Amino acid sequence: MTALASRRRPSTRISGTLAALLALGAFVLGWKALVVVAGYPPFILPPPEQVAARFIEAWADGTIAPHARRTLVEIGLGFAAGAGPALVVGYVLARLPLAEQLLSPYLVAAQATPILALAPLLALWFGPGLTAKIVICALIVFFPIAIATMVGVRAVDDRLVELARSLRATRWQIVRTLEIPAALPAIFGGLRVGVTLAVVGAIVGEWAGADRGLGLLVNLARGSLFDIPLLFATLLTIALLGIVLYGLVVLAERSLVGSR
Amino acid sequence: MTTHPPSGGEPTRDSQLALDAAPSPAAMPGRIDLRDIAVSFPSGGGDPLVALDGIDLSVEPGQLVALIGPNGSGKSTLLRVIAGLLSPDRGRATLDGRPIEGPDPRIGLVFQEPRLLPWRTTEANVAYPLEIAGVPLQERRAKVETLLRTVGLEEAAKQVPSQLSGGMRQRAAIARTLTLEPRVLLLDEPFSALDELTRERLNLELLAITARTRTTIILVTHSVQEAIFLADRVVVLSERPGRVVADLPVELSRPRSLGDLDAAVVSAAARAIRQHLGEVAS
Repeated sequence: MTALASRRRPSTRISGTLAALLALGAFVLGWKALVVVAGYPPFILPPPEQVAARFIEAWADGTIAPHARRTLVEIGLGFAAGAGPALVVGYVLARLPLAEQLLSPYLVAAQATPILALAPLLALWFGPGLTAKIVICALIVFFPIAIATMVGVRAVDDRLVELARSLRATRWQIVRTLEIPAALPAIFGGLRVGVTLAVVGAIVGEWAGADRGLGLLVNLARGSLFDIPLLFATLLTIALLGIVLYGLVVLAERSLVGSR
Repeated sequence: MTTHPPSGGEPTRDSQLALDAAPSPAAMPGRIDLRDIAVSFPSGGGDPLVALDGIDLSVEPGQLVALIGPNGSGKSTLLRVIAGLLSPDRGRATLDGRPIEGPDPRIGLVFQEPRLLPWRTTEANVAYPLEIAGVPLQERRAKVETLLRTVGLEEAAKQVPSQLSGGMRQRAAIARTLTLEPRVLLLDEPFSALDELTRERLNLELLAITARTRTTIILVTHSVQEAIFLADRVVVLSERPGRVVADLPVELSRPRSLGDLDAAVVSAAARAIRQHLGEVAS
């Protein structure tokens, strides 16, 4: 899919960008129409231009930036802390059937427990600092990446592994030259899901108790500040953060897998 | 010992080359000896599946032996034993007198399918064994370039397998196996997925390439014609459990051409092989 997208002719890409812009325009117009027709007050649903103005203002006067920076750090560290072990565990699950039998009930249980319910506990254990958010992000990111890696490694053609064995490849050579490249498209599927979940994890973690972060800012804007346009501007920031991070994963995928 | 005649008495692929000096076996390595090889696989709960039962076979250096037999006669299993990918339950497999205990760089295996890594270009696929063996990049490049020229793929060096035809992919797989300059080449129906014309051409090319290096070849095939056309000896295996039921020399001089397939010797040999295969079936 990505390979096709990168090979598209320039004209197709331009019309694709155009379509995306049109869709965005339609969304903003629909939003505006809803506000006008239904007559919602700004503290329920502010019109798009007011949100845009507040967004620019809050970024210019430094209201959002420090919070966004903190959230980004939480996401980055949490994603790395979750994805790294997830790749290793996913590989082990794929290659050691016993490990899957032993571990998968716990993995599924951990994934099925809502992170929203766990967050207050983790905040209690690790305090309001960075650690609790990193742990929450890592937890929420772990499962989809581990499972995607397991599925990807399991799908590696046994016949290619036999070929490598016939060439006296070591275990590590098989991992490096065969299993990782072959599983990469599946692994990136997990990373795409994981990076968006990391954003959710960071925000949920901040909700459970934080001194800084976009999640805290959402709470502040809704509560003590009662600045609903700022609340929307913060939500917009969170959404943009998610889009940019997802885009970075897609770019990495294209440079590593796209040439196939 | 096996029942086949000594190598001096039959025309081998090297008969023209070896006229004046009969080299000692030590100078021409690549001798395979199999003694009483037996392999069985566990089957769901019941008795183990006996794939091979007491195979005795010797292949002289530089000889081309075709293995032929019905489905399930353990031909591919036997190749895997020789390739060191499978250790037999019983018996001994040796290369130049030394036991085969695992994959050996002197033994090259060409699979039924090309087994190219789909994300690698042709040249990177051909270089793969050298990479695994830790050969330096410069040396790798030179070797791959030569081999691509040998198999006629220099134009396709930068293409990935999905851009190649079936015949080109199998050529790449052969080039890949030849990078390590094996003394013994094991071919597991390497061209069976290709159309007949391509198969015949690749067979001829392979003969030309390996005759120069006097490589020992063990070829698994389903085709009686192909076996006779290519081989110095045709070994017929029985249905499961696989045993050697016949070991027939092919009295056809080299170099051979496709026209030889119409010779009386060929039809006589084919009749003999089919007779043994028929015994197996009944």
